[in-house]
Amino acid sequence: MGKKRKMPGLNTSSTADISFMLLIFFLVTTSMDTDQGLSRTLPKPPEENQKVDIKVKERNVLNIRISKDNLLMIGDEYSALQDVRPRAKEFIKNADNNPNLPELKPHTVKLLNKKFMVTENHVISVQSDRGTSYGIYFMVQDELVAAYNELRDELSQQEFNCKYEFLTDKQKSAIREVYPMKISEAEPKKYGKAN
Amino acid sequence: MSRFNKDGGREMPELNTSSLPDLIFSVLFFFMMVTTMREVTLMVKFDRPVGTQLEKLARKSSTSFLYIGRPNDQYRSQYGDGTRIQINDKFADQEGNGQENVYNFIMQDRADMAESEKPFYTVSIKADHATPMGVITDVKQTLRKAYALKIVYSANKKQE
Repeated sequence: MGKKRKMPGLNTSSTADISFMLLIFFLVTTSMDTDQGLSRTLPKPPEENQKVDIKVKERNVLNIRISKDNLLMIGDEYSALQDVRPRAKEFIKNADNNPNLPELKPHTVKLLNKKFMVTENHVISVQSDRGTSYGIYFMVQDELVAAYNELRDELSQQEFNCKYEFLTDKQKSAIREVYPMKISEAEPKKYGKAN
Repeated sequence: MSRFNKDGGREMPELNTSSLPDLIFSVLFFFMMVTTMREVTLMVKFDRPVGTQLEKLARKSSTSFLYIGRPNDQYRSQYGDGTRIQINDKFADQEGNGQENVYNFIMQDRADMAESEKPFYTVSIKADHATPMGVITDVKQTLRKAYALKIVYSANKKQE
């Protein structure tokens, strides 16, 4: 080589490989999955000597039972999964003031300055057997949430001309006052033999 | 530097790859930001139910996970085929009473959380769709006892 000796440049061609290795390591060990699901709030645990059952009028309760063979009953009749949503909507809304459906009470929504007839005491109770499969239970819950969402969408379309999910928080809570979500996480009952 | 074209002629200039590491590093950092470390190795198989009305889990940092399903193939010989609850890296009933362990796990997990996260404490139940409801109900009763009242039934979005 010549007389002028240059400082040789550090060979950095493998840095890319090293960082690739790091990248791949992180890709493998991390998970991107965004967790999705239905959120629920459980009731508080019963107090020691609390024996008072809250009496609910029969017309205010929609009982949905799922047997251990995954058969579905709404009220007293066997039904299919796709019946859940229309039945729930009819029950929650009670548009015709049917005496067998939950009682309507006038409720003024401040934000809209309007009076609505609200079935504020209604309860939808889902009861399952110990042998019921979780998948069916979940689908029923999903249908119920869908029923509420459809009703809320209808109302928000009518009042604000847009879908419920695009409303502001205040508008959302106004809509929720008219259609409060009341799905009861019932106390488990043991039917037949305990296992 | 060696030249392979000693006798005149123009050399093909080399592609400058000096910024390639930086490029890849930024991809790396992007992934490190958007992902979270997988905390546990799954010991149970679960195929979550599908739903249409799902919400995204808001805060992953204030959530505990319960995995419910049948043991993986490698654990099957030892633990059998029945539905099991996995908490951290153990089956709930591996030692002692299963529900008690779930209770302790919830209490412990919540106690370890930052004070500001506690009001948002949520338990995500990742259960197989074929799980009998009895197991789920027992877990729910335990959660109530532990005052972990916010729960999420984890599910997959239905593909339309």
